[in-house]
Amino acid sequence: MLDTVKLAILGVVAVGAAIVANYAHDLAFQVHALIFMLVAAGLFVHTLRHFGEAKPEPAGYEDGLIRWGVILTTFWGVVGFLVGVFIAFQLAYPQLNFEWAQPYLNFGRLRPLHTSAVIFAFGGTALITTSFYVVQRTSAARLWNVPLAKFVFWGYQLFIVLAATGYLLGATQSKEYAEPEWYVDLWLTIVWVAYLAVFVGTLVKRKEPHIYVANWFYLAFIVTIAMLHLGNNVALPVSLLGSKSVIAWAGVQDALIQWWYGHNAVGFFLTAGFLGMMYYFVPKQAERPVYSYKLSIVHFWALIFLYIWAGPHHLHYTALPDWAQTLGMVFSVILWMPSWGGMINGLMTLSGAWDKLRTDPIIRMMVTAVAFYGMSTFEGPMMSIKAVNSLSHYTDWTIGHVHSGALGWVAMITFGALYFLTPRLWKRERLYSTRLVAWHFWLAMIGIVLYAASMWVTGIMEGLMWREVDQNGFLVNAFIDTVIAKHPMYVVRALGGTMFLAGALIMAWNLWKTVTSVEEKKSETPAEVPAE
Amino acid sequence: MDTYETLRQFADTWVLLAMFLFFLGVVLWVLRPGSSEAYEDVATIPLRNDDGPLEDEGPAAAGPMSRTASPTEEVRK
Repeated sequence: MLDTVKLAILGVVAVGAAIVANYAHDLAFQVHALIFMLVAAGLFVHTLRHFGEAKPEPAGYEDGLIRWGVILTTFWGVVGFLVGVFIAFQLAYPQLNFEWAQPYLNFGRLRPLHTSAVIFAFGGTALITTSFYVVQRTSAARLWNVPLAKFVFWGYQLFIVLAATGYLLGATQSKEYAEPEWYVDLWLTIVWVAYLAVFVGTLVKRKEPHIYVANWFYLAFIVTIAMLHLGNNVALPVSLLGSKSVIAWAGVQDALIQWWYGHNAVGFFLTAGFLGMMYYFVPKQAERPVYSYKLSIVHFWALIFLYIWAGPHHLHYTALPDWAQTLGMVFSVILWMPSWGGMINGLMTLSGAWDKLRTDPIIRMMVTAVAFYGMSTFEGPMMSIKAVNSLSHYTDWTIGHVHSGALGWVAMITFGALYFLTPRLWKRERLYSTRLVAWHFWLAMIGIVLYAASMWVTGIMEGLMWREVDQNGFLVNAFIDTVIAKHPMYVVRALGGTMFLAGALIMAWNLWKTVTSVEEKKSETPAEVPAE
Repeated sequence: MDTYETLRQFADTWVLLAMFLFFLGVVLWVLRPGSSEAYEDVATIPLRNDDGPLEDEGPAAAGPMSRTASPTEEVRK
């Protein structure tokens, strides 16, 4: 019966998408309708071939989906870093905006592709994957409603493909980190509600009486992203057969809502979600419980209450009312406390086991991630102070700050989790090579240092050049002067990015060899191995 | 006063107070007597249940041995 309903729905979607593709007003919408058509048709055939087959619910944790998650997180990471390296070289050498590839591969279209690929494809897949892994282990329960979880996982991948192809074809609503157009937003809303249902459903059937703190962070991430996504994407499509839409907000209200969204995307997607990862994987890899569970609870509530107010610091010296700017600044500075509370909690988990830093490159990666979390959550509040912001805003300093957070914190903790997960999920004795992990670590580390240092230099330099006036009060530098002066730093940044990408490629190779050529883990107590 | 002013005033007085008190309540709750022992136990949640879900009978039926695997059992490499 269920299969019949599925077939009917998939058939209607496939035919409907084909009709929509025929009448589409623009290329992006047409391509996306065709993607929907192909996906629905493919699932139709798949359902038909397995029609009426009884699928016994296996015992044990649902790990198949998580294995796919590890593969795709690695894949999207490499893709995202690759695009980043390419656009870094485009900035240093504008000739790389090839004439034959206009307008599809110019900097303006590739930049959102890079940001979305690393944040939503790499980071988002990592979050969904690890949240499914962590919530099962810490609840001692199998994932609730595995078919729905599969819909969440693959539906999110479809969102990524729609977003990425949309940018290249020119469909964007021009909101930072929220570029996908209205129908892609609607699709993500459906996926996200299902995600919340699966996560909460698993928590409801948990066998551990207490909800472990990592799950609190994951839950805050899921709930807040839902709220932000709905608030920031209130838009009216120009036509139901075209990708263009008009945002409901206008002027400074639009700017404020955009940065309320944008900063909390940093706070709840790139921070809260990854803190959930930290609170599970750091204790796991260190083989000891978190330093202070009390601190973790206070950390959670303080972070949740404070982060949501910090957005206006993106709009200093704009049409936004002064009190709102000051509010954003003050809350950003206070936010330093919970951030460092979390950092201390992560670092001190290793107290009594600091020797592991020398012997275990995975824990070194995780500790570096937490250290970078501490550094960028110090730099951020400092940059949100109005006087500092008047120098740093609109310069490359901001880009450097984002990357010390994204490369140092988000990517490093994710790499650590991937190295942790792969041998366990494929039941391997060990990683293929610990030496290669060390290589990855140092390449990534030096890459980040080159990136951040070059952006500090170029950012402060261009900030000072912009405000330099002669004795008559005239500006000394034209914009092009700063562009020329920045060239050497742009080359250094691109090289740093290349090293980071090389490290990620080494990781991909290492994980691949772990699965394909490391012997299977010999179980000493076969009775305890789950049926799966 | 228009709706904006009313809501804003409500937000920056009573709601601010309510949120602050909630936060204070969380801190006091965390520091309640006996919390240290309780948190010592829940902090080890990640270090157990690695092999599979607990049975339906609930945690009590599984016995203490399977629930509190000592961290050293996790040694890898």
